[in-house]
Amino acid sequence: MKILTLDKLPLNITAKIYSLNCDDILRRRLLDLGLIDGTKITPIFNSPFGDPIAYKIRSSTIALRKDDVKNITCIITL
Amino acid sequence: MGFTNSTTDFIEYKNSFVKKNEYDFTIALAGNPNVGKSTVFNTLTGMHQHTGNWPGKTVSTASGFCKYKDKNFLLVDIPGTYSLMSNSEEEEIARDYICFGNPTLTVVVVDATCLERNLNLVYQIFEITKNVIVCVNLLDEAEKKGIKINFKQLSEELGVPVVGTTASKPKTLKKLLDTIYNVCTGSITSNPKKVIYSSVIENCLDSLEEKLNYSRLFIKMDLFKINR
Repeated sequence: MKILTLDKLPLNITAKIYSLNCDDILRRRLLDLGLIDGTKITPIFNSPFGDPIAYKIRSSTIALRKDDVKNITCIITL
Repeated sequence: MGFTNSTTDFIEYKNSFVKKNEYDFTIALAGNPNVGKSTVFNTLTGMHQHTGNWPGKTVSTASGFCKYKDKNFLLVDIPGTYSLMSNSEEEEIARDYICFGNPTLTVVVVDATCLERNLNLVYQIFEITKNVIVCVNLLDEAEKKGIKINFKQLSEELGVPVVGTTASKPKTLKKLLDTIYNVCTGSITSNPKKVIYSSVIENCLDSLEEKLNYSRLFIKMDLFKINR
């Protein structure tokens, strides 16, 4: 088991959301999009410059900026 | 040269003849962005409302009329929103309409391909209003992805009528109209199953609601604001 920030999660590796340490508005938004503790999340595409990254969350694909994702931690079970 | 249908925007002209009190029920169309609310709206009203989902485009509600059997319905198309507790302008308009517009019935259009995310809004709407229909749209897309939806179970789980549609195929909307009609006339009742929180939270909510004489949802919203 390893805790890391979401931007460090390699492509196609599934992790579970552990915490959202973003500012209020963004946190609310992410919760609305379904990023709750324990939600499975998988990075599936990288954009040409590596930012943003597309994530698979609850069967939908959402692109998130690196700056925003830095404050999200997730757990990988190895 | 004279005025033609296209120069005068005949549909709006025609609608202006229908007086405000000539409809029996108000139906609000709510849902996440890009689930086909406007397509449902256009098909039911015969209008050509263009609603794009970018900032500043859909910042208002659109309304149109629709007649089914012996009743007239006023349909209100509201901007898409992921939640009722958000900050962007169009989401605020959506929230204000659902909370204060007092529609007879709220149809929550949800995306069959990512149902789970959409149900967040459904549960939030349950907190405010009793008359809700869930319309599972984009069934054709879901079928392509191999997703099958058990409407009966979903309906039992939520306690409200659930209808499956493909808004681009007008035929599939007949069942939705039927359900809208039946709920409005009272032959089907919807009993949304509300989320029950832990007893500590529920007790606090009860006493706050009593003391403040304030809707439960707003207490929850404010609590979330403090919490975050």
